[in-house]
This record gives sequence, C-alpha cells and structure tokens, in this order.
Amino acid sequence: MNDTNTILRVNHLSTCFKTDRGVVTAVDDVSFEVERGETLGIVGESGCGKTVTSKSIMRLLPEQISFLKPESEVLFGGVNLAFAPEKHMRTVRGNKIAMIFQEPMTSLNPVFTVGWQIDEALKYHTTLDRGGRNKRAIEMLELVEIPNPVERIDEYPHQLSGGMRQRVMIAIALCCEPDVLIADEPTTALDVTIQAQILRLMNDLKDRLGTAIILITHDLGVVAQVCDRVMVMYAGRAIEEAEVVELFHRPQHPYTKALLESIPKSGRREHGRRLPTIDGMVPSLFDLPVGCRFQDRCGFRDQLCIDQEPVLTTDPEHRVRCHHPLNSPASSDPVDGV
Amino acid sequence: MPLLQVTDLVKHFPVRGGVLNRVIANVHAVNGVSFSVARGETLGIVGESGCGKSTLGKAILRLHDATSGKIAYDGTDITSLKHRDMIPFRRRLQIIFQDPYSSLNPRMTVKAMLREAIRFHEIVPNTELDTYIKSMLAKVGLPDDAMNKFPHEFSGGQRQRLGIARALALKPEFIVADEPVSALDVSIQAQVLNLLMDLKDEFGLTLIFISHDLKVIEHFCDRVLVMYLGHIVEEIRCEDLLDEARHPYTQALLGANPINDPADRRPLAVLEGDVPSPFDPPSGCPFVSRCSIAVEKCQTMPPLEQHSDSHRLACWER
Repeated sequence: MNDTNTILRVNHLSTCFKTDRGVVTAVDDVSFEVERGETLGIVGESGCGKTVTSKSIMRLLPEQISFLKPESEVLFGGVNLAFAPEKHMRTVRGNKIAMIFQEPMTSLNPVFTVGWQIDEALKYHTTLDRGGRNKRAIEMLELVEIPNPVERIDEYPHQLSGGMRQRVMIAIALCCEPDVLIADEPTTALDVTIQAQILRLMNDLKDRLGTAIILITHDLGVVAQVCDRVMVMYAGRAIEEAEVVELFHRPQHPYTKALLESIPKSGRREHGRRLPTIDGMVPSLFDLPVGCRFQDRCGFRDQLCIDQEPVLTTDPEHRVRCHHPLNSPASSDPVDGV
Repeated sequence: MPLLQVTDLVKHFPVRGGVLNRVIANVHAVNGVSFSVARGETLGIVGESGCGKSTLGKAILRLHDATSGKIAYDGTDITSLKHRDMIPFRRRLQIIFQDPYSSLNPRMTVKAMLREAIRFHEIVPNTELDTYIKSMLAKVGLPDDAMNKFPHEFSGGQRQRLGIARALALKPEFIVADEPVSALDVSIQAQVLNLLMDLKDEFGLTLIFISHDLKVIEHFCDRVLVMYLGHIVEEIRCEDLLDEARHPYTQALLGANPINDPADRRPLAVLEGDVPSPFDPPSGCPFVSRCSIAVEKCQTMPPLEQHSDSHRLACWER
C-alpha cells in the first residue's frame, strides 16, 4: 500500500463504556486505514461495534460514559484525533471528515430549512460571504440531484421524502469537500429503488471528488456493489479484512463464510431450500469467552480456539483472526468440527 | 376452491381537517385488488413502503375494515361478519408482525401472553396449559424457562420466535407474516426463515408473506404479487420471476437488488424519482411517472390481465 495515499489511519482503537455492570469494551483493538478515493466497507451484525468505531473516529461519543484506551490512535492530517483537543475536532468534524447517518428523518433539524442547514456548515468552515454560501448550497443540491434546488432550498425536512432527505444529508456532508466521508448505514431506512439511487450517487461523487468513504453496513449486497475493501467485525473485534472480490470469493474466517452463505441469493434457483444458518447468537460483551469470540457458533472449534484468542494475521492483502482459516494457501485443511 | 379469495378489495383512509373536521382527502392505500391463495401455498407480496402491502395484509384479517370489496375465506364471506361470528376465524387466521419489539406486551410474561389467547379460544384444557405452552416454545426453538420471562429479556430473533409461537399456539390454518425478518440481522434472518419453512410443512400452513425484499420472497414463496401504489401490477410464479417478469416496475425492483458477487459489478439499474403520494394518485397507470416506456395510452389505467396461466400483468406496453 502506498503510504502517501493513506488519508486516515486507525491504530489499536479501543472504545470502552462505563455501565452499571462494569466497563465493557465495545471496540477492541481495531486497526485499519483508508486511502484517498477508496471505499472501505465495515460489515457486521448489530452490536459488533461498527457504529461505535465510526463515532470514535469523529469523537461523537458522550465523554461521561465512554473513553478510549490510551494506545488508541486515529491519525489524520498528522494529528492523533483520539486525544486531540475539542477545538481541533471542531475544525475537522463536518469539514475534513464528514458523516451521514442512518436515519435522515432524525438527523436533520426539523425547525430549520434545508438551506439553513447546509449554510451552517459553510458558515463555520469556509470564508465565503452570504451570497457565496447561498450559491454553494444550491450547487450542492444540484450535485446530489435534487430537482428544483432553488425552491427546495427553502423547504423544511418534513416536506421531503426519505430519499430526498438522505440526499440533503449527503449535500451537507460534502459541502466542505471533506477528505473522508463516513456513511453509517446510509441506505438501511430506504426502499430498494431509492437505495439504488443513493448508492449510485455516492459512487459518482467519490469518483468526481476523490473522497475516501467508510461505509458502515450490515448488508453484504451493498458491500458487493460499492466497496473496494471490506473489514468484517464480530463482537468488537476486526476478524477479517481483504479486497472485496477476494473476501467474497475466498473468505477465510468461518463467520464471514457463513454470513455470505446465509443471504438469500437472487436467481440461483434455490427456491424453497433451507438457508445455511449460523446457530446461536453473538456473545454478550459482558461475558466474552477467553478464546476466540466466535467459538460457540463455529463448526471448526478445537481446544486451541477455547484456550487462546487468535491474533489478526498481518498479510496486507488479507488479514484474518482465526486459528483455522479456510481457503488459505498457507495453512492446511481446517480441523473438523467438534 | 381457493382457501382465500379476495375480490376488488379497496381500503381508503379518510383524512380529516379544516374547521368542521370534514373528510378532506382519502389515502388510497389499497385500490381494488383481487387474488386468491390456494391451501398450502405461500404467496409473497412485495412492494416499497406505502404501496399498501401491510394494509392489504391487515384487511384480510379484518384488522382493518375494507372500504369495499369482498374477502372469502374457506367459502365464507368474512368481509362484514359480526364480531361474534368472526371469533372462530380470528383463531384460524393469524398474523406475525414486523417489529418484534413493539408487538409484544412488555408487561406480560411469555406464559401470560400465550395463555390469554389459548384460554379464550379453548385450545387445550386448563390442566394441560403449561405443557402445551412448553411444547409451543420448543417448536420455535426456545427453552422451557422462557415461559416466565418478559419480552425485554429476549433478543430480536428470539422475540420474533415468540411472535411466531403466539400465532401458532392457536392452531391456525392461515398466517399473514408482515415483514417478519426485516428487523433482524442476516444470520438471524436465515434462522427465522428456516423456522417458518419447517413449521409451514409441519402444520400444513397457508402463508401470505409480505416483504420489501424481493430476494427473500423469491427464496421463500411460490407466487408473488407485486404492488405499486395500492394496485397489483404483476402476479407471477417465483421461479419465473427472473426470466418472465414483464412489468417495468418488477424489472426495476429486480435491477435495484444489490448483487451477490462483487466480481460481476454492473451499474445498478436505477429508477428515477419517488413513489407518488397516495393522497393524490395519478389517474392512469400508477407507475406512469417513473416508467421509462410510458406512452400516451398509459394515462388510462391498464387492467390486470391474464398473460399466461400463472401470470397476470397490468401494463399496456408489455
């Protein structure tokens, strides 16, 4: 990987929450990097820590109940954002790193017009005067393909459809031309035809503006469609990371493989057949096993998996956290299930 | 004879407003749909939010009263049955809701919840209640001790299993499953789909499966109704879906499905625009405003016509 191209690097990120039942580590020693113009997918099921990862990068978690472990590093523009002063974060947030959220209904302010909300970001982060900002806001709405932007700019969020609101969110996020865009489940609340519109839009904008995108999703179809590289998370750990085709064709972690198999496939004439499933549930973060966190649901478990948690391999092409990785040229065949 | 026969079902919701609180508009949720379901069949209903699929599902169970039209179940017209006469049908027709978080009473234990309905419909004698409830929980893969727990003590997937147990406990023949797996994670979704498939075989159920996800429908159902703005635009066997679907909207839904394999990435076939408002639906074909092949004629409503034996289609151009 070319080092100069790396725009954001996360090292050993660990995010903990203080709860009534003690401290839980929601994100546990996660490291990854994003290059300019690249889309990195972070995939996992609810509670795996994918959203906490993104909020940790943006430092959006409440400080009263959460903290980052001291070894955590979020390197961006030569500064470790993990422990940067709030004043510095304000120059980064919404400017250099922007975020769009899952619920366009709740993340827009209902009492201000769309134009006002785009203007707010521009006011803080640019030196444009009022006329210039207004012009820029209209340009942004045009960029995200909202019809009649001159009229739409004076409308309130409730006057827009779900897809339109998500477009407005993207316009707000992109108006300062950020280097990194974090999209947290941007299409989960949308219908499939609208989802297709938004995914196409994000791809176009990435190509045009060269923004790096971190796309957080649980939908592997979305990942297949837009991501260049994928990191799979499970119970707070990064368990596998590879280029997207490599991951889909040669998953090495049994969890990734099972996840890929459990989605109904279109057009494969598998009608009425039972879907392969992953039995059981994700372990509670309060009660994590000593060894591999996937052991209870894994068909390849042996004593080693129970005694010792595997470490993430360092191969830059394909990282995996498993004692018995599948499809791996380096290892022998996996041990049969216990 | 089909088990369920729906004829010209219409459901409008009045919108009141103004000083006198008069009806100022109608939301045209379901706009004259006709279809039938054979015993033992699984019928899928697919469409985007606001297309009327959930309203249709609830209207069949008389959870909404239809504005007009007829619902015949097992030879009996249940459209306007009185409450008392409806009771036996309430047992035979059950529903599983989308959101396992809001469809279970948070103040009732699992046992109390299941017991209420089982006693009312006198499914088993009181002395056998506990054993019966346990056997139902076992059927959906929940442990015995689940009986004395409250809904918040379960995960999403387990709650959906409870919802299924609640429906099954009344020994129904017919179940409407309204987006039963949409709120669940993928790995749990597969577990619940498999469970439904097993139970359907074991109890000989007839199912209507409502979903916005065409991939799930294609996998799970025998036949599918594609709905748009309160109308059925196409009805087709799931196995023919990929090759023979003709309606531009069905094709758009198929095209908007994200792919399975990143290696054959292609630009998504994107349908422009949004679903029109059901307050003021277009007078002609409901899909006309987003259709790429629309012509003059589409300003009038195309009828849902038999295209072949198992295929109905409402489009002038195909």
